Amino acid sequence: MTLIITALAIWLATGALCLAFSKRPRLVQAIGPAGAVLGSLPALFAAGCALFCGSTGALQLPWSLPGANFVIGMDAISAFFTLPIVSICALAAIYGREYLRPYEGRKALGVSWCMFNLLSASMLLVVLARNGVLFLLAWEAMSLSSFFLVMFEGEKPEVRRAGWTYLVATHIGAAFLLVLFVLLGRPTGSLDFDGFGQIAGTPALASLAFVLAVVGFGTKAGFMPLHVWLPEAHPAAPSHVSAVMSGVMIKTGIYGLLRTLLWLGPPPLWWGYLLVGIGVVSGVLGILFALAQHDLKRLLAYCSVENVGVIAIGLGIGLIGLGSHHPLPAALGLAGALLHVVNHAIFKSLLFMGAGSVLHATGSRELDQLGGLLKSMPSTGATFMAGAAAISGLPPFNGFVSEFLIYFAAFGLLGAAGIPVVLAALAAIVSLALIGGLAAACFTKAFGTIFLGEARSSQAEHAHEAGPGMRAPQILLAALCLAIGVTAPFAIGVLKPVVKQLAGATDLGDWTGAAALPLAVVACAGVGLLALFCLLIALRAMLPARRMTTAAGTWDCGYIAPTPRMQYTASSFSDPLTRFFGPLLGIRRKFAGPRGFFPDRASHSTETPDMSRERIYKPAFIAIERAMAKFQWIQHGRLNLYILYIVLTLLALLTWKLGRP
Amino acid sequence: MSVWNFSYAALGLLLAPLLPGIVNRTKAVFAGRHGQPLLQTYYDLAKLLRKGAVYSRTTSWVFRLAPAGGLACVIAALLLVPAGDYAAPLAFPGDLILLAYLLGLMRFMTVCAALDTGSSFEGMGASREVQFSALTEPALILGLAALAYATGSFSLSGIFGGVTRPDWLQVGPALVLVAAALLIVFLAENSRIPVDDPNTHLELTMIHEVMILDYSGPDLAFILYGASLKLWLLGALLANIFLPLSGRSGPLQIACLVAGIFVVAVVTGVIESVMARLSLLKVPQLLVGAAAMSVLGFVLMLRYAL
Repeated sequence: MTLIITALAIWLATGALCLAFSKRPRLVQAIGPAGAVLGSLPALFAAGCALFCGSTGALQLPWSLPGANFVIGMDAISAFFTLPIVSICALAAIYGREYLRPYEGRKALGVSWCMFNLLSASMLLVVLARNGVLFLLAWEAMSLSSFFLVMFEGEKPEVRRAGWTYLVATHIGAAFLLVLFVLLGRPTGSLDFDGFGQIAGTPALASLAFVLAVVGFGTKAGFMPLHVWLPEAHPAAPSHVSAVMSGVMIKTGIYGLLRTLLWLGPPPLWWGYLLVGIGVVSGVLGILFALAQHDLKRLLAYCSVENVGVIAIGLGIGLIGLGSHHPLPAALGLAGALLHVVNHAIFKSLLFMGAGSVLHATGSRELDQLGGLLKSMPSTGATFMAGAAAISGLPPFNGFVSEFLIYFAAFGLLGAAGIPVVLAALAAIVSLALIGGLAAACFTKAFGTIFLGEARSSQAEHAHEAGPGMRAPQILLAALCLAIGVTAPFAIGVLKPVVKQLAGATDLGDWTGAAALPLAVVACAGVGLLALFCLLIALRAMLPARRMTTAAGTWDCGYIAPTPRMQYTASSFSDPLTRFFGPLLGIRRKFAGPRGFFPDRASHSTETPDMSRERIYKPAFIAIERAMAKFQWIQHGRLNLYILYIVLTLLALLTWKLGRP
Repeated sequence: MSVWNFSYAALGLLLAPLLPGIVNRTKAVFAGRHGQPLLQTYYDLAKLLRKGAVYSRTTSWVFRLAPAGGLACVIAALLLVPAGDYAAPLAFPGDLILLAYLLGLMRFMTVCAALDTGSSFEGMGASREVQFSALTEPALILGLAALAYATGSFSLSGIFGGVTRPDWLQVGPALVLVAAALLIVFLAENSRIPVDDPNTHLELTMIHEVMILDYSGPDLAFILYGASLKLWLLGALLANIFLPLSGRSGPLQIACLVAGIFVVAVVTGVIESVMARLSLLKVPQLLVGAAAMSVLGFVLMLRYAL
């Protein structure tokens, strides 16, 4: 616990120093990232100790706030979430130092780095807090610091709009959490986490708490349709911040949900069905919306919604397994979801960093303006490709392992008694398969249009590779993607204490034993695949005709003068799929074809506004506004009347209080 | 684990290039032609391996490495396919997921290589490929899930060792539905009529062929061989469903299953002779139909197999 306090102290101190020296950008650029990395080391060590050696602990410091206690504790779940949070923050800081260099002297980097370190500290505090007030304060600090980070380029109107959406969404979520904690604290009258378990005694209240947690934490995690802020905020933020927000900050929502589940006792089946349902909707619609985007960072943001959906499917299958007394699928579902939390943190931050490097090099996030960057940015391109394969769930990368575990769990439930359980498992299987195919389509589109083919614009043509500070974190993350993929059986060992804690009193049996064989073969198959690949390359190189290669233009089917602009674009690539799923997406097409005998200009553009924003929130907020407008007569702007209202209210409260025995 | 466990994969590596020959010979017989020799693919492979390669200046290492990568995937997948009672060399619970995703990885590389050429024709093919495969994958996994449900096993070896004659008597209709779905998956994954036409030379209408338009020499040989292996792989799944040989002697099972794959090739030839390619807008309907058949098969099994 001393380590944790050290980490928090380093982050807060360097954050304060950044603010103090904000007039000297070079100094800030040294202190901020150094502090972020230095602070993450002790926290990483503490989490590693807790997870691998089982050394848990708790710490209470004096704090004079009513109802609050500064209690932090480290257990398996906290340690498990601490690992990705601190590692991704450190890597993003290394990346961010170079990413922000062009802004030196033009932007308030002191504030930015201060908020970055504050964000790291508050995320760590969120997963370690053991008191409701402390948790909510850390939660709010996390939301606000990330809000300021999103507003880095606040002079742009779209960034301001994105920041505003984020602020509103996150506070609506926080409102649900407030109610949740009041509900949880009611039986004991204390907001310490120790007493929250009592709510399990009343199933109706536990269910209410579950729904509140799903809405409150789901807003942060990005469950559809609560995800509206993600596709706005992630593109607006600087890329290293997007990497942290999308990679780990949204996972604090998953953490909160898991932590709440610990208190609520044995889950009834419908919780599992609800989570599977949310997961299926978020997963399929998330990846479809991602497919329809042509802004790279927006695409990645929607893809986060998809991955959170996959996590929800895994959790749902786990809960159904617990509720229907199938310990093996329960353990595997939970393990798959947890592993996907880490995996997504790795490949999503990798991809956001890749997007940042592309933006840095070309100044554009528009897929249709890019192309051919693999030649000028070989390292970024190769790591982006690894990330794209990993996020599509392809072997031998890590995404496959976690999706495999969830599939495995769902197949295990197929043999269960009870038609609803079987149908839920079937829904999970179908949607995972569909998500897999669509994700592959989405990421071949992203990788293909950005890095392959010919440059579609002059910026893309004159792109340059990012510096070593930006490349190194990406290479490390790509290596991690592969490493987790080929050491899958080991990953299960790390998950074991976490899954045990989540299962509570349920005895899961020897689930790691059951999962060890398949994962070992998956890992071996991954290694074997790489070996086979190298063997084939070697064979190819040994062929007698290896040197007889000729360079020529791409086969143009007889057309004499092809230009890069005639290449297939991202929009045309995904058009068949987005058309097929058109009714779900609501794509707006603007088409002005050539007209008349002497046609001069034509244009075509598509835009995919967020469905839930357009169809749910807009009408809902308009309706609320209309309803509220009916009370406008109370407001006339006269101060004396307002004072009268206050006096009347006080009087009413007084009589109510006196009237009670 | 005996020699028979490996024999099927080994035979696949040897005999797979025969399958396109059988398909083409069937089509020739239907059209009243002599047709190319049965061993034509072997000749093609031998010739291509001796030739040099032409690479487009637009391409990068992605284009050069993709054929070897795709071939590695399909060979690895071949090691997951059982033969009757004989478990596959790499059999494990959950191998059907690995199989589907290895094919996915192969596709990922082919599509990337196609986009690497910067040609709009190849982009078009790639776009269609990802569209159709996104719909084929659920049909494949659902079909296998239905079989997994019926046999209570989560491994291809367990599933196909578990499909027995009594199963055909009991849940025959459900098995027929699943087999039909898998047949459509087989045709779609192997770029056959009615989804794709391997013979056409109109770039605008092709899918798989147009994606590999820029390959030549040994790379094309790798791709052709990989495509034959994929034909063998998915054909073997179909043969395994239709031939419940459990309990027979090893050589008989293997011989019957190899004959079964040849029959699948003949059936493919017949389908290609009597049908035209569907219009591209209709293909998704066929694929969703396949998924629906899998679901229906599953529901039937849910009702009767209990």
